[in-house]
Amino acid sequence: MNGTRVRPPLILMVPAMAGLAFLVLPLAGLLVRAPWSTLGTRLAEPHVLEALRLSLVTATLATGLCLLLGVPLAWTLARVPFRGVRLVRALVTVPLVLPPVVGGVALLLVLGRRGLVGGRLDAAFGITLPFTTAGVVLAEAFVAMPFLVISVEGALRAADHRYEEAAATLGAGRWTVFLRVTLPLVAPGIAAGSVLCWARALGEFGATITFAGSFPGRTQTMPLAVYLALETDPQAAIVLSLILLAVAVLVLAALRGRWTGTS
Amino acid sequence: MRGLDARVAVRRGTFALDLPLAVAPGEVVALLGPNGAGKSTALRALAGLVPTAGGHLVLDGTDLAPLPPERRRVGMVFQDYLLFPHLSALDNVAFGPRCQGMRRRAARRLAAEWLDRVGLAGHGAARPRELSGGQAQRVALARALAAAPGLLLLDEPLAALDARTRLDVRAALRRHLAGFAGAALLVTHDPLDAMVLADRLVVVEDGRLVQEGVPADVARRPRTDYVARLVGLNLYRGRARRGKDGAGTVAIADGGSLDTVDSPEGEVFLAFSPASVGLYRTRPDGSPRNIWRTRVDAVERHGDRVRVRLSGPPFAAVAEVTPAAVAELDLSEGRPIWAAVKATETHVYPA
Repeated sequence: MNGTRVRPPLILMVPAMAGLAFLVLPLAGLLVRAPWSTLGTRLAEPHVLEALRLSLVTATLATGLCLLLGVPLAWTLARVPFRGVRLVRALVTVPLVLPPVVGGVALLLVLGRRGLVGGRLDAAFGITLPFTTAGVVLAEAFVAMPFLVISVEGALRAADHRYEEAAATLGAGRWTVFLRVTLPLVAPGIAAGSVLCWARALGEFGATITFAGSFPGRTQTMPLAVYLALETDPQAAIVLSLILLAVAVLVLAALRGRWTGTS
Repeated sequence: MRGLDARVAVRRGTFALDLPLAVAPGEVVALLGPNGAGKSTALRALAGLVPTAGGHLVLDGTDLAPLPPERRRVGMVFQDYLLFPHLSALDNVAFGPRCQGMRRRAARRLAAEWLDRVGLAGHGAARPRELSGGQAQRVALARALAAAPGLLLLDEPLAALDARTRLDVRAALRRHLAGFAGAALLVTHDPLDAMVLADRLVVVEDGRLVQEGVPADVARRPRTDYVARLVGLNLYRGRARRGKDGAGTVAIADGGSLDTVDSPEGEVFLAFSPASVGLYRTRPDGSPRNIWRTRVDAVERHGDRVRVRLSGPPFAAVAEVTPAAVAELDLSEGRPIWAAVKATETHVYPA
């Protein structure tokens, strides 16, 4: 406040700089080693495009699924007082801290061909989920949904619920209140949650490879393609990684505008 | 029966509200009371926003108790208006009609008419955050009225406004309430708002009704210390004895006594205005009046007058004098002083 700046102590600044370098240097290395001259042709290779398309489609579908299930779940957590709400909230956040590969194993056990639910789905309707594109969507949604639920629940808690009361006194039923008042009020939170959710789904690896495998064109998303390419064609892995990096930067930019920038 | 007939009973922890309320169609009733008396809770119970515990709520012959808020036909103007921030002023007002199934165009036409009626014809496209406090209040009123409620509730409708807009908005609100055919109930802790806007006052303290009546009557004959303070009178409870020649003496419950003219017998309230209290450094003599020796407790500026709190014994009182008198009498805390009130300035009524 008085204009003189306190000199930051070296004992903190040195590790701080090292930490920053640790985070930034690998990304810089990626940019340095990228085959810029052949980038165009490599991007146009069919299996790159295929993986990219599959990733975009499954991440978007997974985000849609998360919105469909996650927004009502967030609303319930934020608005309905019930016993055990803390427990339910903890359960919802489990996939955040759970190793994704464990999520994949769990999904296999439940939805696999011999799984608790999967077996019946197969017997009754002939529906198989593991090792299909639908399986990719499920695996991504499983891992990404907590991001959406937490973001939307936070927005719902921060929103003044008396707007909903005001709507009710004007004759709006529960559903009308939800659609015309609650959702618009928390729209920024839903948008931010969707972006986070989509980004997480796009980068999903462990649960996907465990539950859906890695079949090119069907279940081989970008992160899987990167991993496999690393053994056969490192240059391709770098190109694919660059794409994911670019998407991550775009997501950050989107969040800055909609969320962090306005808060 | 038309209008509102209710006994609003709400229980919350140790607080219990039990309030009989009847409001005729076209009538405006003001709920007046100190903070925490349960006024806003009563409104929320009528709107269906807090559960009631017993009692009854009947509006125009319909039992409201089993109905959710959206089916009660009870409109509410909230203290901070709660205009939907994502909708324009016009769509805020059209919200109620839309919920009742009106087509979008018809609802917008109706909303435009209401905005016109509250003097905001050109502001339909404005977002709530672009409106001034007074404008937002009027949009909130139009929004509540456009839903055609049978009962209109107003929770501190003027509290959020600054002093200047308050005058204009109060006058406008009075006009709109006069034009409203249903029952109207407003909550306030400002006696002036209540007197100007309401046909009848209901005073609530600690969840109970303590006094009701037309504003002039409540102002003249307060029945609790809270109401007395509100209308600016000294109030005592005591026992009256009639003397010869019709004059009387009231033995005040806290001690002391005051002479009066035309007094009833028995338990009474005695009230007099602070302006009728004279203060003297030495014992005054002359015309017959109540004279007592007391002590200055506090001296407060009150507009262009000065309020002097007098402590007991025999009883506490407030006197209102000019700043000149304060200087002349050298009034300061703890100073002993003589106080006098003419018997004709006291007003006595049965308790």
